[in-house]
Amino acid sequence: MASEAVVQEVATGEASTKKFRRRDQRSPLASFALHFGLFIALIWSLVPPIWALLTSLKPNDQAITTELKVFVEPSLNNYTYVLTETDLPRWFLNSVIVAAGTMVIGLFLSATAGYAVSRFRFPGHKSLMWSFLITQMFPMAILIVPIYNIFARLGLLNNLWGLVIAYCTTAVPFCAWMLKGYFDTIPIEIDEAGRIDGLTPFGTFYRLVLPLARPGLAVTAFYTFLTAWGEVAYATAFLTSDAKKTLAVGLQTFVGQFKTEWGYLTAAGILVTIPAVIVFLLVQRNLVAGLTAGGTKG
Amino acid sequence: MSAITADSPSAQVPESKKPGLLKRSWDKYWYAWAFIAPVVIVMVVIILWPLIQGIFLSFTDASEKNVAKVIGGREIPATYDIVGLKNYVDVLTSSTFWIIFARTVVWTVVNVFFHFTLGMILAIVLNRALTGRALYRALLIVPWAVPAFVSTYMWRLMLTDTGLVNSIFTGIGLPSVPWLSDTNWLFISCILVNIWLGVPFMMVALLGGLQSIPNELYEAAEVDGATPWQRFKYVTVPGLRTVAATVILLGSIWTFNMFAIIYLMASQGQRNDIATLPVYAYDKAFTGIRQYAISSTYGVLILSILLVFAVFYKRALAKQGEVW
Repeated sequence: MASEAVVQEVATGEASTKKFRRRDQRSPLASFALHFGLFIALIWSLVPPIWALLTSLKPNDQAITTELKVFVEPSLNNYTYVLTETDLPRWFLNSVIVAAGTMVIGLFLSATAGYAVSRFRFPGHKSLMWSFLITQMFPMAILIVPIYNIFARLGLLNNLWGLVIAYCTTAVPFCAWMLKGYFDTIPIEIDEAGRIDGLTPFGTFYRLVLPLARPGLAVTAFYTFLTAWGEVAYATAFLTSDAKKTLAVGLQTFVGQFKTEWGYLTAAGILVTIPAVIVFLLVQRNLVAGLTAGGTKG
Repeated sequence: MSAITADSPSAQVPESKKPGLLKRSWDKYWYAWAFIAPVVIVMVVIILWPLIQGIFLSFTDASEKNVAKVIGGREIPATYDIVGLKNYVDVLTSSTFWIIFARTVVWTVVNVFFHFTLGMILAIVLNRALTGRALYRALLIVPWAVPAFVSTYMWRLMLTDTGLVNSIFTGIGLPSVPWLSDTNWLFISCILVNIWLGVPFMMVALLGGLQSIPNELYEAAEVDGATPWQRFKYVTVPGLRTVAATVILLGSIWTFNMFAIIYLMASQGQRNDIATLPVYAYDKAFTGIRQYAISSTYGVLILSILLVFAVFYKRALAKQGEVW
């Protein structure tokens, strides 16, 4: 269909008179323009973190000066300060507990469901798929108030495990959705071979499909971890005591009504970002395939 | 135990006593249901039950004064009343709701437009043979990798009155801009930050889509003498449609629900002037006097808006012949 249209346009004679260029050819000027454009994009992407890094090396009281300076007595004092004098290590630990807890529970619960939705056409299959999709649409605004009130009665406020439960409201359907996408990429012949060899559906899943889906599991796990790592709304509403705060809440304490401790804030921000960026760069190639595949192979 | 035999029981049952539909269905699909049981149970308990509670709260006058709570180990029961549709009438007839709604629509449309356009341009560029392509790709993804709350602070640092951006502005002769102190500019700043962190997802997703278009199609077009623009119009665009449809839907929903940026960019006093619906609903419940009922009403309205949007979107796609 596409080539027919092309042929038609070409046949009008208009295109054939234009200078013809193949896809793999490019003038030096065009090459320069491409690299220049990408360079602008790089500056746009990288300046905020680089500037934060540079600021974190300045003395805290000179982080913002009326005159712009790139370096002011560079040192790691801000890092030493936030790691020893503030609750940052504690918040770090809390964030790890919450994010890891969400990741493990989300993955553990949703793996079988993702498989079932990918393989079996059971009654309710369609509606389950839809509920995975729609729950991802749920704004936190609709669930946060009722969950807050339920937790208030159960004494789960200001409790890291309460936060894990709250995060599971998005993590569980998200993981199921992602994993379904990955299970779809594993050929169904493998399941059939397993069944012929006498494995039960559970055996097939556990012994054949799950090991093959390991990369997908890893990506889903990491992404769930990072989502929980960066969540702000639930954490801010639920966690009140300093000892229970996660990083997203704790860092807010550096931002005062009138004065922001930019040196400490940027140092803490860099510390929070480094592990996230490393993990992210490792898994990103497989990540997007999973995010969009679930939708295209309904 | 083996599910292969799932059909056999019905064969052994005498003709006169055919098992009911439910029984047959159970025999055939019990293992599928066993697979989904954990998720279904958990979703009912932690999503459906709170959702019903939330919808219920939106028909009451619940606030921090009258909800059930525990004070000093003593349980105080809830004393709020059902007020019917009063909250909905109040909210939908107030100008506040419509102003915030319009702002949220602007927020979503502007952001998704820039996410998609810039992501598309970068994806097309990165899809060509190019020295250093892998490095560009890895570095351009960094904004997505930085946790949103950290990104917000990074930008706030750059946008302070004497910060990096204003220093550059005055350096090249532009007036300095009150990025954070003026609420109109603050809203623009929030959009800027959100564009910054949303482009990489679109870029990577669209790049994946571009790479899945078979090269033969381009070669055929070239043989037919198609210009680069024709190749884009008749090969690239149709080939990208499914991926584009998915990422625009996802992007719209994520952007609509974005909380961290607006919440953390603005001080508490400024937030009312730049809040989108989710941020406003949150503030109603957790800032100042806690009006749980109004917040729930907003929550229900937000969910309804998103559901209507998704249904229309899906229908529009179906009209164009998508299999989605």
